[in-house]
Amino acid sequence: MNLDFSDDQKALGEHARRLLSERSTSAVIRRVIEQQAPFDRDLWNSLAELGYLGAAIPEAYGGSGLGHLALCVIAGELGRALAPVPVASSIYLAAEFLMQAGSEAQKKSHLPRLASGESIGTFAFAEGVGAVTPKSIQSSVTAGNLQGRKLAVMDGGAADLAVVAARAASKREDLSLYLVDLNGPGVTREPVATIDPTRGHANLVFDGAPAELLGAPGSGAAAIARVLDRTAVLIAFEQVGGAERALEMARDYSLQRSAFGRPIGSFQALKHMLADMYVSATLARSNAYYGAWALSIDAPELPVAAATARVSATKAFQHCARNCIQVHGGMGFTWEFDCHLYYRRANLLALALGGLAEWEDLLIERMKSGKAARA
Amino acid sequence: MNTQAMTFDDSPAEAAFRAEARAWIAANAPHELLPLLSKAGFASVDMDEGDLVRAAKAWQKKKAAAGWSALQWPRQYGGRGATAVERVIWEQEEGPYGKLAFIFVIGFGMAGPTLIAHGTEEQKRRFLPKLISGEEIWCQLFSEPAAGSDLAGIRTRAEKVGDGWVVNGQKIWTSLAHLADYGILVARTDPTVPKHKGLSYFWVDMHAPAVEVRPIKQANGRSEFNEVYFTDLLLADHQRIGEVGRGWQVALTTLMNERLMIGTSMPTGFDALFDYCCELRTEQGLAIDDRAVRSKLADWAVRANGLKFNSLRGLSALAKGGTPGAENSIGKLVAGSMMQEIAMFAMNLQGRAGILVDPEASEAAGPFQEMLLRSPGTRIEGGTDEILRNIIAERVLGLPPDIRVDKDVPFDRIPASGAVTRGV
Repeated sequence: MNLDFSDDQKALGEHARRLLSERSTSAVIRRVIEQQAPFDRDLWNSLAELGYLGAAIPEAYGGSGLGHLALCVIAGELGRALAPVPVASSIYLAAEFLMQAGSEAQKKSHLPRLASGESIGTFAFAEGVGAVTPKSIQSSVTAGNLQGRKLAVMDGGAADLAVVAARAASKREDLSLYLVDLNGPGVTREPVATIDPTRGHANLVFDGAPAELLGAPGSGAAAIARVLDRTAVLIAFEQVGGAERALEMARDYSLQRSAFGRPIGSFQALKHMLADMYVSATLARSNAYYGAWALSIDAPELPVAAATARVSATKAFQHCARNCIQVHGGMGFTWEFDCHLYYRRANLLALALGGLAEWEDLLIERMKSGKAARA
Repeated sequence: MNTQAMTFDDSPAEAAFRAEARAWIAANAPHELLPLLSKAGFASVDMDEGDLVRAAKAWQKKKAAAGWSALQWPRQYGGRGATAVERVIWEQEEGPYGKLAFIFVIGFGMAGPTLIAHGTEEQKRRFLPKLISGEEIWCQLFSEPAAGSDLAGIRTRAEKVGDGWVVNGQKIWTSLAHLADYGILVARTDPTVPKHKGLSYFWVDMHAPAVEVRPIKQANGRSEFNEVYFTDLLLADHQRIGEVGRGWQVALTTLMNERLMIGTSMPTGFDALFDYCCELRTEQGLAIDDRAVRSKLADWAVRANGLKFNSLRGLSALAKGGTPGAENSIGKLVAGSMMQEIAMFAMNLQGRAGILVDPEASEAAGPFQEMLLRSPGTRIEGGTDEILRNIIAERVLGLPPDIRVDKDVPFDRIPASGAVTRGV
């Protein structure tokens, strides 16, 4: 029995933390926000050179082959530092789709470019308000040409390549996946403002864009479920990293700020609030480890473990980010303090893979089927 | 260098230990008790207390003779010298038979570790072997009517008379006192110094005539705890554990072990609720298929799982030579209020029938009603939710301690609290 990262993986995490504390500072993040740059290119290049982007991509496809546990550790540090780079879109989503559903030729052609950071990928899924269901997707491909409109695609402005969920023909109800070159013809990007300007988002409009099938026709829904579980574990580490940082910021501020003649962190109302933040962040970290284990060996428990990690981490990050502002009082509500950046990121990540209610429902449905299967 | 991947599988050595434990349990356990024990909650086996104590002592004796008692204690004191992971493997294999050990929890969880850390060689030789073999039962004499969370405010006095001590006072919330042979006692030996500095720690013979045990009728109508009165109880000086005036430091060893023990074995009620929701049929279908029910279940599922994996992470750290810390305080804090919320939620699903407590009167009646009435106590015993939050805030997060106005005041100069009113 071992539910801990190895010493090598922990050393990797420490290295990533040092790098990010120098390269993903508040000033860097704010440059991305204020210059409306889609992401920080220097940081992106460093992550690529160190082999972090390709951590979970096999060496045969240009990755560093460190495995998914290493990528979980890196994700935790990226989340902690609010790193303004398209890792989630390009690595947790696009690269995972290619590894899970791609042909040998597709993997050979795209994975090395994603691992090197030369190309940025993303996943285009939702088309309207509410949970995504097969019926809610109207995009379709006819004779290799994609028609449709995708809503608020993460890093949609910066990405070179998109995995797009669409129907194989307008009348077919089941979903298929396609690879689309976003720099090619028939693609229009419309940048959109979101609650978290540290990450760029754009609507993608496809009007006859050339689309290449990824995986078997009609197998899209299963592949999406499989990949979203994997992504959910990685995002859970980002959320846990963010939650722990928000807790630390609140703790540090409560020790520095005095009121009524004593540090505000000596008042029980705040001590208990901070203790509760610690509890939710700690439970979320432990659940994320379960997800990491399942992801690392592709365990049959992955669907339950991923949903557990996701629900727990989503709640923990929202809880810690919200209370981080509260502990900071009025200063926490200024643009100048970083509290709002964590609050924004917590709420972006809470919706990025589908909202809490969807994952709560998935978790219980999966636990119920598991119980029925055991009986 | 640890390069081991994450796994829930046993290592070859762990697998061998498990196989050995399993074979021994299969050959030696009191199988006739299995149906009763499987149904029981911890400390609530449905059997005559005398029979239960005899069965528990017999099982403990058998385990001790074969080297399966006090697994993690050092060999020099009669333990097996096993690792933390091996102890957990043993607990998994022992399963429902482990519930028989509840009468020894204070001995193994508190008295034993305190004696090992602070006792004299003579005390260790006298008490540890009979604790390990299940011949002697222990209780813990700490809380008092006027000193609960503020434990250092106890008033039971031990006065030096000749070579020994004379004890007078009252303890409360003492589980197992009516069964115990010995107790660990904290008493005030010097009221003229600040409260933490005037305490000393002793062992007490619970069969002495000057010790009177009275059961407490709890808010839920049951009696799991006792009040213990001392009237001119004489103690020899060799009954002292640790130095005079150092009782608080010795008590901290006991309390840290208490939190460890409680934290690793706390039930949350989630499994019972999940099973119930899978079976409960309403006009709209099964309760588990209701979105609102699912949302609540998911919240509790991730908390219950989080606690489980948190323990396993702690165990993994322990296996690599780390030490458990105050992080363990989260177990009871999370589990206690969860039980209370889960009980209310399940009864709410039962509608008007949820008020019934007699299983004969309604199929709905039973475990959740028991949980409702028991759970307020869980949130208080062994450290209230509020004290546990203070511990996390101060020891884990490093926040300043509360301002303690009585900290440096001689104990006999602290104003006593007013009379506590009972009833209306």
